[in-house]
Amino acid sequence: MRRTLPRTVSRVWPGATAIALFAVFAFPVYWMFATAFKANKDIVSDTPVWFPTSPTFEHFDKAVSADGFWTFVGNSLTVTLVAVALSLVIALLASFAVARMRFKGRKSFILVMMMAQMAPWEVMVIAYYMIVRDVDMLNSLPPLIAIYTVMVLPFTVLTLRGYVAAVPKELEESAMVDGCTRTQAFIKVIFPLLAPGLMATSLFGFITVWNEFPMVLILNKDPGSQTLPLWLTGFRTTFGDDWGATMAASSLFAIPILVLFVILQRKAVGGLTSGAVKG
Amino acid sequence: MSAQIEEAAATGPAPRIGKGGAAPPRRGRGGGAGSVPYLLILPTVAAVVLLLGWTLVKNGLLSFQNLNKRQLIQRVTEWTGVDNYDTVLRSSEFWHVTGRSVVFTAANVVLIMAVGCLIGLLLARLGTKLRLLLSLGLVLAWAMPVVAATTVFQWLFDQRFGVVNYLLDALGWHSMAGYNWTSGQFSTFFVITVLIVWQSVPFVAINLYAATTTIPKELYEAASLDGAGTWKQFTSVTFPFLKPFFLATTFLEVIWVFKAFTQVFAINEGGPDRLTETLPVYAFQEGMGSQHFGMGAAISILTIVILLALTAYYLRLVLKQEEDEL
Repeated sequence: MRRTLPRTVSRVWPGATAIALFAVFAFPVYWMFATAFKANKDIVSDTPVWFPTSPTFEHFDKAVSADGFWTFVGNSLTVTLVAVALSLVIALLASFAVARMRFKGRKSFILVMMMAQMAPWEVMVIAYYMIVRDVDMLNSLPPLIAIYTVMVLPFTVLTLRGYVAAVPKELEESAMVDGCTRTQAFIKVIFPLLAPGLMATSLFGFITVWNEFPMVLILNKDPGSQTLPLWLTGFRTTFGDDWGATMAASSLFAIPILVLFVILQRKAVGGLTSGAVKG
Repeated sequence: MSAQIEEAAATGPAPRIGKGGAAPPRRGRGGGAGSVPYLLILPTVAAVVLLLGWTLVKNGLLSFQNLNKRQLIQRVTEWTGVDNYDTVLRSSEFWHVTGRSVVFTAANVVLIMAVGCLIGLLLARLGTKLRLLLSLGLVLAWAMPVVAATTVFQWLFDQRFGVVNYLLDALGWHSMAGYNWTSGQFSTFFVITVLIVWQSVPFVAINLYAATTTIPKELYEAASLDGAGTWKQFTSVTFPFLKPFFLATTFLEVIWVFKAFTQVFAINEGGPDRLTETLPVYAFQEGMGSQHFGMGAAISILTIVILLALTAYYLRLVLKQEEDEL
């Protein structure tokens, strides 16, 4: 206030910096889509062509018709949806107990969840390989689903705990006074109020599982049982430096997550700050 | 779909709780109803014990076994005591990789926290429109799936047609035209670091911004009455108020970066000449790549121990805080 000299400068610089930063953060995502739509001659050009002037779907065609693409899609969807749904159901039970009841061992349970949330899965892949091999289930989806469920479970429990605790206990109690059993009160009163929380939490699970790479890399060597992250990393090896097709493949992989995330972003941030990560 | 969410959010109580997280449940009617809570947590406990606890034990057991391709195929168990640990701890390679991992983690976390905080504070100063614009950019980077981001960065840093080399050349650094980023240890790490920082900064920035909105305005007013400038306001108001946030975020980032596998592996598979292998990739290459599974398991146990040591301070704090609060 007292310093008058750089007034215009201090007005302008935050805005200018913000625009520059927006460009830096958004550019890789933009470039992925732009490249995916560009004609080949515009991709392999010595001066970059900044906008796809004559957009083409040729690269998407190539990506989609690549060997076994739909198998990968099916596997990814199966693994993701089943694991997220399972962990939500299991976690909802536990988070209700933790948020609403007092019992011996509650503290230790929460602490174990917090530790489990930080488990270094990437480092333990060899042990998982041995366990899954011992039961002869390499190259199949059930072990992946089971592991992914547990991978997102601790976060889901801790986050849902916050959401359940945020529903006023009085609502539930008055429902019980009106003649509901505790289960009915839960289903009719708490559950609908939890919908935003469930969505935000499942978004996190969805992203984690959709992205998971090391586990499936080690467990499923057979392409018939692999998921999209392996398809995508293998893409460059198969297609050499076909950047158009690779970017089209990346776009297809990223679109579901980007859409979900942008829609649910506010809730996700709210969930992160209110549930698991304490400020 | 989004309308539904808005509606639910409008009618339901906001899922925002004060600093303490969940309010301690009151002892009351039905509060400690016998075995019910145990039945409710049973599925969670069973799943975690079976699929996480047992794996950790299995990992420990494997690290005491001589388990290579031959033993794997014949399905025999050969116990070797601490031989694997002995070999690993004596190899200079392991210590190189460890040092590399620690430096790599430190560099990334410092960058993520510094850039993330600056952008978070910038968000707080912007008007609504620009804030939304910058948030959109941040959310795009945050939401981008890791594997897709990795292929995009390979394309950005492509030797012949990559945008990065073109820009560096155009800006006057002509020797960078046609530069092969994955040919050297430092340049490969540079690409991986840019990728990780780009992906991690939004989490820090957006959460920091969200946290600053909880700081009472009066504190800043009082500070500026006392003549505090921007920097002084940060050190005397923002930082002390958000100290728990900074601590938690820093350590979460340490954990995430230290165990990052996908980015390091997918950019260059630990190359050139295994010079960019960090501990998780090293354990993978030794165990799965060279099929020395027992050795790989020993490395992975040591990695977990190092990670625990790096984060011990934070873990102890969290445990203590929870003890007090729950």
